Amino acid sequence: MSLSLIIKREFNAKVRNKSFIVMTFLSPILFVAMAALVGYLANVSGEEADKLALYDPTGVFANDFKSDKEIQYTDLSKMPLEKAKKVAAEKYEGLIYVPTVSDPKELVNKVEYISNDSPSAELVTKIEEVVNDNLTRKNLEKANIDYKAIDAAKTKADIRLSKFSGEKSFKWFNYIKVFIGFGFGYLIMMFIIIYGNMVMRSVIEEKTNRIIEIIISSVKPFKLMMGKIIGTSMAGILQFLIWAVLGGILLTIAMGFFGLEMGATSAISSNMVADGQSSIGEYQTYINEILTLPWAIMLISFLIFFIGGFFLYSSIYASIGAAVDSETDSQQFLLPIILPLMLGVYVGFFTVINDPHGTVATVFSMIPLTSPIVMMMRLPFGVPIWQIALSMAILFITFFGVVWFAAKIYRIGILMYGKKPTYKEIFKWLRY
Amino acid sequence: MKPILEVKNVVKQYGDYTALNSVSLSVPQGSIYGLLGPNGAGKTSLIRIINQITMPDGGEVLLDGEKLGPQHIKEIGYMPEERGLYKSMKVGEQALYLAQLKGLTKKEAKEQLDYWFNKLDIQGWWDKKIQELSKGMAQKIQFVVTVLHRPKLLILDEPFSGFDPVNANLIKDEIMELKDKGTTIIFSTHRMESVEDMCDHIALIHQSNKLIEGPLNEVKKQYRTNTFEVGIAPTNFQHLLADISTRYQTTQANFKTLDDELKLQVALPQGTPPRELLSYLMDKGDVTYFVEKIPSVNDIFIETVSQKK
Repeated sequence: MSLSLIIKREFNAKVRNKSFIVMTFLSPILFVAMAALVGYLANVSGEEADKLALYDPTGVFANDFKSDKEIQYTDLSKMPLEKAKKVAAEKYEGLIYVPTVSDPKELVNKVEYISNDSPSAELVTKIEEVVNDNLTRKNLEKANIDYKAIDAAKTKADIRLSKFSGEKSFKWFNYIKVFIGFGFGYLIMMFIIIYGNMVMRSVIEEKTNRIIEIIISSVKPFKLMMGKIIGTSMAGILQFLIWAVLGGILLTIAMGFFGLEMGATSAISSNMVADGQSSIGEYQTYINEILTLPWAIMLISFLIFFIGGFFLYSSIYASIGAAVDSETDSQQFLLPIILPLMLGVYVGFFTVINDPHGTVATVFSMIPLTSPIVMMMRLPFGVPIWQIALSMAILFITFFGVVWFAAKIYRIGILMYGKKPTYKEIFKWLRY
Repeated sequence: MKPILEVKNVVKQYGDYTALNSVSLSVPQGSIYGLLGPNGAGKTSLIRIINQITMPDGGEVLLDGEKLGPQHIKEIGYMPEERGLYKSMKVGEQALYLAQLKGLTKKEAKEQLDYWFNKLDIQGWWDKKIQELSKGMAQKIQFVVTVLHRPKLLILDEPFSGFDPVNANLIKDEIMELKDKGTTIIFSTHRMESVEDMCDHIALIHQSNKLIEGPLNEVKKQYRTNTFEVGIAPTNFQHLLADISTRYQTTQANFKTLDDELKLQVALPQGTPPRELLSYLMDKGDVTYFVEKIPSVNDIFIETVSQKK
């Protein structure tokens, strides 16, 4: 009875808040706008070609550095070196300097790239490739080997992926899985931080409003804390559902507008992946593949891991809120919360992508503080049900343990005014 | 009068610190009971135990003869010293919420709210947020939410601190009315003079221990010193002053009268009837003032504490 009253009040207080309404309806738009902006900027920067100068008086690489969309080469070999350097420093991004040597072989480690700003790794690799190609060709010619025949004999393997169950797959598809899993994991982290903070602020508010003692003379502090957490999580789920619906609508609209363009994009990538298939067919396969992901498990797990993770973290947030007098005092206690969340995201990102079922990924998807994030990242790759169940079980058992400690701190903390608590003091409260 | 609330040997400890050292109290039904003592004496700890906010480490508390339990929450109204309301919540909604937490149905809560809003003439505030109200207005709401569920026992911790004089008087009147209807009221305060005239029972708490408890009159009788304040316009000023000091122990008194007469504080030996002093004085001039000096609770408290030391 009183629990549902508290849940209702907390839910209403969150949902009726202006910032909630603004956040809920504005952030999907902002997100799409940001994505569009990033895409646009990436295109803009990609359009301008790098201008490089070449100083190659012996003309060893005369035919090798060919201007294309990305790099424009200008030959300054006719100038004296010093002048060429000066001109290059003023007008070009850099100068490729090929020294005069008796044997072109020596060039292998003598070509220089001179510039004001350090070049990108990509550019250096490109220059190295040109130099390598040229020198290799010269070596082959010297050995009387037909380099054209070698070029023709080179193959480019493309490994087809399929499962024993017969489904076909693409290697690019792993990246999509990582992307989707990362999206879910990241979403959980964001929700925990945003809504955990809300729980903490709501506790601090009751403390600074001095209404707390009136309320806990009617209900047990534990009930108040749980009501707060549940009410806030329900507001979070509502926001998530609205986002999902809005996202669906926006995606449908976007697909309608850019359907053709997206097909074209996938056609480009399909050239790298597999040939012979029409771009539309390729696009369809991707959609089909995405649809074959374990969506039911992923969505249900998302809800359960969200609730479990949120409950676990927000009970800690609540006890921090109870221990401090104002939000500014809470910083020192917040770091230990943020760290495991960040760890979850980074571990998930760096290990799941390489080996979704490796030891590190598996272990971190079991540790309760990181499991909601890491497990969500692993799920698109197919995780055995027993692992999911075990991870959830550990998460919820830990939650009950943590909530017991959190409730103790909460119970004492909410009645402490005007004291800046230390870790030592909070530890003492656990024994009261 | 049978006690509505009995506190039996209650002990409360925070770590190594003892906040209540085996404190026992008995609050009679229908009384206004002053729980007095300086800051940090243990009053708030005791009140929190009565409100079941914290649990005692020893002893027990009985309400109406029953051991305190969750069913008693709705019998008690509590206005803590540290009090406030949700600033951004509407007055009506907030009051309904708090009343429902106390166990009232929504309908009952609404009826009570209507009653109190009418009584205090604040019907128009229902949809206002607390942050839009003045401090005095918020104090009225604070009082209403405390008594909304018609508690048998009303506990007010430092009730008049923060209240402006107008509201303090208004609340005093409401409290007296509630008492007449049978509500028992406990005042907890360190400003003893503020509630002395309202209380009929008091208990003094100092350094986690109860020092005195009883009906206010009896406590005062126990501490009376047979001292009288007299005002007299003597026929012979010098003579009287010299004579009276040989008979009684006198000091200069400090009270207000209309004329410029001689003002003295006279301590009679134990057992000497006051009429003896009065008839002696009447021989010496016109007596304009003759009052027994009754110790204030504050005097009693200071005396008790210094005795302890």
